[in-house]
Amino acid sequence: MEELRLIAMAIAVGFGAIGPGIGIGILVGKALEAIGRNPEAASKIQTNMILGIAFTEAIMIFALVVALIIRFV
Amino acid sequence: MFSISLVAEEVFKIGGMPVTNSLLTGWVGIVLLILLVAIGMRKGSLVPTGLQLIFEAIYSFFLNLCESVLGDKKSAEKAVPFITTIFLFVFVANIFTVIPGVGTIGIKKTEAHVAEAAVSAEQSLEDSEAKEANLTPLFRPASADLNMTIALALVSVIVTQIIGFKTLGIGYLKKFFNFTNPINFFVGILELISEFAKIISFSFRLFGNIFAGEVLLAVILMLVPYFVPLPFYGLEIFVSIIQAFVFAMLTLVFIKLAMTSHDGEEHAVAR
Repeated sequence: MEELRLIAMAIAVGFGAIGPGIGIGILVGKALEAIGRNPEAASKIQTNMILGIAFTEAIMIFALVVALIIRFV
Repeated sequence: MFSISLVAEEVFKIGGMPVTNSLLTGWVGIVLLILLVAIGMRKGSLVPTGLQLIFEAIYSFFLNLCESVLGDKKSAEKAVPFITTIFLFVFVANIFTVIPGVGTIGIKKTEAHVAEAAVSAEQSLEDSEAKEANLTPLFRPASADLNMTIALALVSVIVTQIIGFKTLGIGYLKKFFNFTNPINFFVGILELISEFAKIISFSFRLFGNIFAGEVLLAVILMLVPYFVPLPFYGLEIFVSIIQAFVFAMLTLVFIKLAMTSHDGEEHAVAR
């Protein structure tokens, strides 16, 4: 049972990391593109990019929390 | 071996109230912050130098941020103490992840295992290992305790609601309970759910990031003790700044969203 729990935890984190990984990649790529086109707006774009990253990353953190719950609770 | 514990452990009691290691570190952080501000702002000279320069830079950065998000200077000056306080407190609570001694210096608690030790040979071997690992750290980053992050998220969300009621009056409730047509009704329900989802996402984002960082550092230090953990320490400093900024920024954005009513233009004309 304990081994199954470890596997479940690994699967939860592993699959949970796929989506946000792609999401953050797209987000930062587009933001850099935008900065390249309009370098003067860099500070505004950066702030919004960080906000977007925080929202995207939250999904990964939820996966992590689920994994921790599987492992410890 | 080290032990990773999801909950903060109790260190000592004050009059029956358990003081956990996270709470203790939070207090240390607050005291340090107050001391730093008191020392830095003691002179209060017109041309800032040293510590005063740093604090004034933080303040003016957040003043500009509030102004660009909220739109006018008056409400920005009202909002900036709250937002900056959130940033500074969360940052101080986070940065303890990378300070040496946090999580490694602790009190050994063995009395719980003495009673079970005599069961069998194998059992006692396990127990001696458990005794080795049963170290209660004296310090633990305050953000790595879910109680603290939920409390902070509740403060942030409740302040958002209060500001919403203050600016829109009773019309703020129209955001959540709108019976004009079925679509608006369901949008209202979604809004209501998202208010509660905010608490969860706020608290778990901060807790997850800092707790994961702590575990990451512990694992890396166990695998390779020298030089290799350095970039991870850099990453953790970056994460603690970014998470503090994100917490403050999201609070600001949610305050802005609460201040604007759903049917913005019509409302503005009607008032």
